[in-house]
Amino acid sequence: MRPLTLRRLLLQCFALLVILFVVVVIAVKFGAVPVSLYALGRDLWNVLLHQRTNISSDYVLIIQNIRLPRILLGIIVGASLSVAGTSFQALLRNPLADPYVLGVSSGAGLGAILALIVEPHVTLSPVFAALLTPLGAFLGASATVAAVYFLGRREGQIDSTTLLLGGVITASFISAIIMFLMSTLTGNLRGLSFWLMGDLSTPLQKSVYWFLAIGFVAASGAIYTTASDLNLLLAGEKEAMHLGVDVPRVRLVVYIAASLLTGLAVSVSGAIGYVGLIVPHVMRLIFGSDHRTLLPTAAIGGAIAVVFADTLARTVVAPNELAVGAVTAVVGAPLFIYLLRRRLA
Amino acid sequence: MSPGSSHARHLAEAGRLANEIRLSVEQVSYAYSANPAQAPLFTLEATSFQARPGEIVAILGPNASGKSTLLKLIAGALAPLSGRILLNGFVTHSLTPRTRAQRIAVVQQESRLLFPARAWEFVLQGRHAHGRSLRFESEDDVLIAKNALAQVGAADLSDRWMDQISGGEKQRVILARALAQQPLLLLLDEPTLHLDIAAQIGLLDALRRLAAANRYTVVVVTHELNLAAEYADQVVLMQRGRCLRVGPPISIYQRELLEQVFQTPLTVELGSSGRPRVTVLAGT
Repeated sequence: MRPLTLRRLLLQCFALLVILFVVVVIAVKFGAVPVSLYALGRDLWNVLLHQRTNISSDYVLIIQNIRLPRILLGIIVGASLSVAGTSFQALLRNPLADPYVLGVSSGAGLGAILALIVEPHVTLSPVFAALLTPLGAFLGASATVAAVYFLGRREGQIDSTTLLLGGVITASFISAIIMFLMSTLTGNLRGLSFWLMGDLSTPLQKSVYWFLAIGFVAASGAIYTTASDLNLLLAGEKEAMHLGVDVPRVRLVVYIAASLLTGLAVSVSGAIGYVGLIVPHVMRLIFGSDHRTLLPTAAIGGAIAVVFADTLARTVVAPNELAVGAVTAVVGAPLFIYLLRRRLA
Repeated sequence: MSPGSSHARHLAEAGRLANEIRLSVEQVSYAYSANPAQAPLFTLEATSFQARPGEIVAILGPNASGKSTLLKLIAGALAPLSGRILLNGFVTHSLTPRTRAQRIAVVQQESRLLFPARAWEFVLQGRHAHGRSLRFESEDDVLIAKNALAQVGAADLSDRWMDQISGGEKQRVILARALAQQPLLLLLDEPTLHLDIAAQIGLLDALRRLAAANRYTVVVVTHELNLAAEYADQVVLMQRGRCLRVGPPISIYQRELLEQVFQTPLTVELGSSGRPRVTVLAGT
């Protein structure tokens, strides 16, 4: 018997953080303009010593203004999608659940676009105007989860295959609406491919990063308080209730928080697929399926995966760029098929 | 005060505790309908019985007699239409899930796992209601879980994966998880359903031993006439949502009554254990 201890949990997270650090260094170094590690270290040293005059212009331009913000965004988006995927898998009792596969990302995208359409027609203070898109994405995400949940329910039970099929159909239906809306719109909206595939190239205001980070900490913190309830929920709602889980409360908390995470991620990065599917599975293989371990390791793992995928997206066809969603889909879709077939076997 | 009188008082106290009613089902009824506007599809008519610590109660009846509904009501998972169910004086349905899980353990027919778990992880789930939501399992929890596995003779299964052990072994691990809850009341829904005869006897022997040793009140739903006769202190006989009789097996097991309830010809004789034994007369 080897029950989980805080020490083991912290060690596991630390190991993953080291990997994340390495990936971040790689992501800073590689790109259309390569930066030497030595120059990078020297500039970083000068930044720490506040010797602004010694910093090379390369650093300020490429690292500080372009790559680091993008890496930071990748970390938050990856962690959010991965925690959301883990949560949906437990909530819907389906190991193949993922915000993208279930159509929740598309729903969030639609919500965000609708908010962008509404925005010019309402007068709001700048703070609320900035929150309108993520709010729309959150509402879109939560409405889609509810719709897919009811589509996947048959005779009071969630049927795994029906649920996934419901998600796929919902995603294609919503994508069609997005395409329709985008074709009728002109102006400063982000491109169609952004909402359907997802990328991290859009520069954001500094305040948005804070907003994302706070949203991530609040939502995933709320989910983490239910971590051991989720372990029991996997055995079924009735059984969880008999073991002392307040099932309706846990369901509500996880549903709202996971929709919020998806909404936040999609509103700034579009629909990046399969992260919430691949990462929790890999973490389960390494660390087991206890959600007290799985949620934090999946968060860090998601950050690693998205930052790494985005580095590939920036470099493989440089100086052009791929959408990071294309990279995650190339890896994720075959893995999804593999998991699906293994499950049906 | 002499040591003798203290001892006598202690004995009297123990006697009082042993005789107190732990579970009291009082005129409980229930109606189930798919649509509130329609007539109920199933009704459970007013049912009453009481059970003491250490006692095994068998809820016996053919399919669709309301056995499982009665068990769900006792577990507090359903709210009765009328009447009430008291466990040590508390209404089971109005306890919070946490408090309920500290007092009532339910062993269900099937336990499906989404992701693989080892037997010890599964048994530790029984400690969930005793800890705070984010707490890591304490040494006490581990000790209790180990004891629970040992009590059902499954200590050697501790490190095995749940999806790689036999049905009988799995049933014992599920029972161990229920024991780890340290309940007052142990509820089992058809626990012998998928077990071979040796595993059935093994499970029920273990139940009788545990009920006596830990002073659990045990309620078992079953349609196995002979297992109920052999192991139950009290039988609650059900038919089509009605509770026909409550009492010790010897007073319930009458040929005409059982033939009418189970719709099959049978004979009842007294077994060597002093308990009734039923033989179903097939093909007559």
